[in-house]
Amino acid sequence: MPSLGADMDEGTLLEWLVHPGDPVHRGDVVAVVDTSKAAIEVECFEEGVVDDLLVEPGTRVPVGTPLARISPDGAVRAAVPAPPVTVSVPPAAAAPPRHDEHVTASPLVRRLAAEAGVDVETVHGTGRGGRVTRADVQAAAAAAARASGPAPKPRRPVTTPPERAEVTERRRVTPYARRLAVELGVDLATVVPLGGPDEPVRAADGRAAAGGPSTPPAAAVGEPAPAPPTTPPPRAAAAAGIRDTLARLMARSKREIPHYYLTQTVDLQAALAWMADRNRELPVGERLLPAALLLRATALAVSDVPALNGFWVDGAFVPGSGVHLGVAVSLRGGGLVAPAIHDADRFGVVELMAALKDLALRVRAGTLRGSELSDPTITVTNLGDQGVESVHGVIHPPQVALVGFGQVQRRPWAVDGLIGVRPLVVATLAADHRATDGFTGARLLDRIDRLLQRPEEL
Amino acid sequence: MTRDQARGVLESALLRIVPDADVGSIGADDDLRETLELDSLDFLSLVETLSQDTGVRLDEDDYPRLTTVRSTVDLLTSRG
Repeated sequence: MPSLGADMDEGTLLEWLVHPGDPVHRGDVVAVVDTSKAAIEVECFEEGVVDDLLVEPGTRVPVGTPLARISPDGAVRAAVPAPPVTVSVPPAAAAPPRHDEHVTASPLVRRLAAEAGVDVETVHGTGRGGRVTRADVQAAAAAAARASGPAPKPRRPVTTPPERAEVTERRRVTPYARRLAVELGVDLATVVPLGGPDEPVRAADGRAAAGGPSTPPAAAVGEPAPAPPTTPPPRAAAAAGIRDTLARLMARSKREIPHYYLTQTVDLQAALAWMADRNRELPVGERLLPAALLLRATALAVSDVPALNGFWVDGAFVPGSGVHLGVAVSLRGGGLVAPAIHDADRFGVVELMAALKDLALRVRAGTLRGSELSDPTITVTNLGDQGVESVHGVIHPPQVALVGFGQVQRRPWAVDGLIGVRPLVVATLAADHRATDGFTGARLLDRIDRLLQRPEEL
Repeated sequence: MTRDQARGVLESALLRIVPDADVGSIGADDDLRETLELDSLDFLSLVETLSQDTGVRLDEDDYPRLTTVRSTVDLLTSRG
């Protein structure tokens, strides 16, 4: 059970999205965990094959409890007789043959080969001990494509193998899709994932099945799917869980962190004029909000003042591995979460705007990734929509700083010795005095201000 | 587009943003952002959905006219 936030002690496994025998790699979503904040998709940190699922759905376990056993590759499984549980589960559609064959290749590589239409047996292995590597398969696929014109369609078999139906297999359904299905009265068993039969059922699939407006209707298949044994907690209980989590986190912050606060008023005239120009050219789906400019300026400023970007751990500052900007998003029904936009300083304004929309959508849909919740290196809260002038935030431990923005308001402002009416925003910084001093914090706000005066360089 | 059609498009757009909203009970002159607690991202996706579903081009200058059900319906029917 991964820690999906500094305040998380335990979590409930809601569902598995993989089965024993499935190849997995880093970043694959393998399970859904309820953290009492939200249902979170948990990513895999290993490459290999799922040997055994150790925790049953619906079980609450402490952080650190092993959830599954993953073999680094197929070799381990060949050496040990497969446990009964693995035998009873037939391999997935394009699953690898076992290891009593001539060519050595990991299940992952075999699956890759199957998808690319390459026969592993004919591939020359360049890996250690003649193993066929991923690169070998890709090279073989490319060679085949050159020889025979268009490459074979990298398609997994569409039909479900007969033995698959015998297993009481759980459909892979994202939490939001499940909720939506209930709301729309859709039987999940009849939903075909738009991404293909091996992909999890996502919200769009459910909408399609309900005859929703955004996607064409999907055909139904008769694959039996038992009803999910665990349902997400009802809304009120979830909201109470979020409140409880926030309460503990914020209390810890105020108990342990000596906050200092800085404030700077920023003239947004240039930035907003630039944004209005851009928005006239951009299609409606890509239009910018002031929030995107503020985030962009903050991300760049933070990369220039790294002392505010990271964590206070065991009495010392640990710098963040990148600028992972936590963005506070309020939840309908109360509470908030602040998931990360990873490497935000490398995104342009338009990409950042897209990332922000995507994040807000997934916060409300309950499809956040574990890594997004656990590793923001600094948080930004934007209360501009609420009409307040400024926000003096509470730092999310173990982070050491939080940047806040209030509402953009038109106010009198001195410009070149004259009074003008300008759109102004109050930027604030709450920072951990154990890690930095006001001098450092002031540099951050000053940097944000300067960046926003030259929006064309953002 | 008739007023009823415009109201229908608006209601379905709002439901996509706030799935459990009781859109039928929103008064013609209620402030949409306030009543449904829409933030600026929600509002942007409302604009996006409306212009997709109706084909009506909605620029930033039009945003003040998307305040209530009545003003939105006025705008949509006058354009499409």
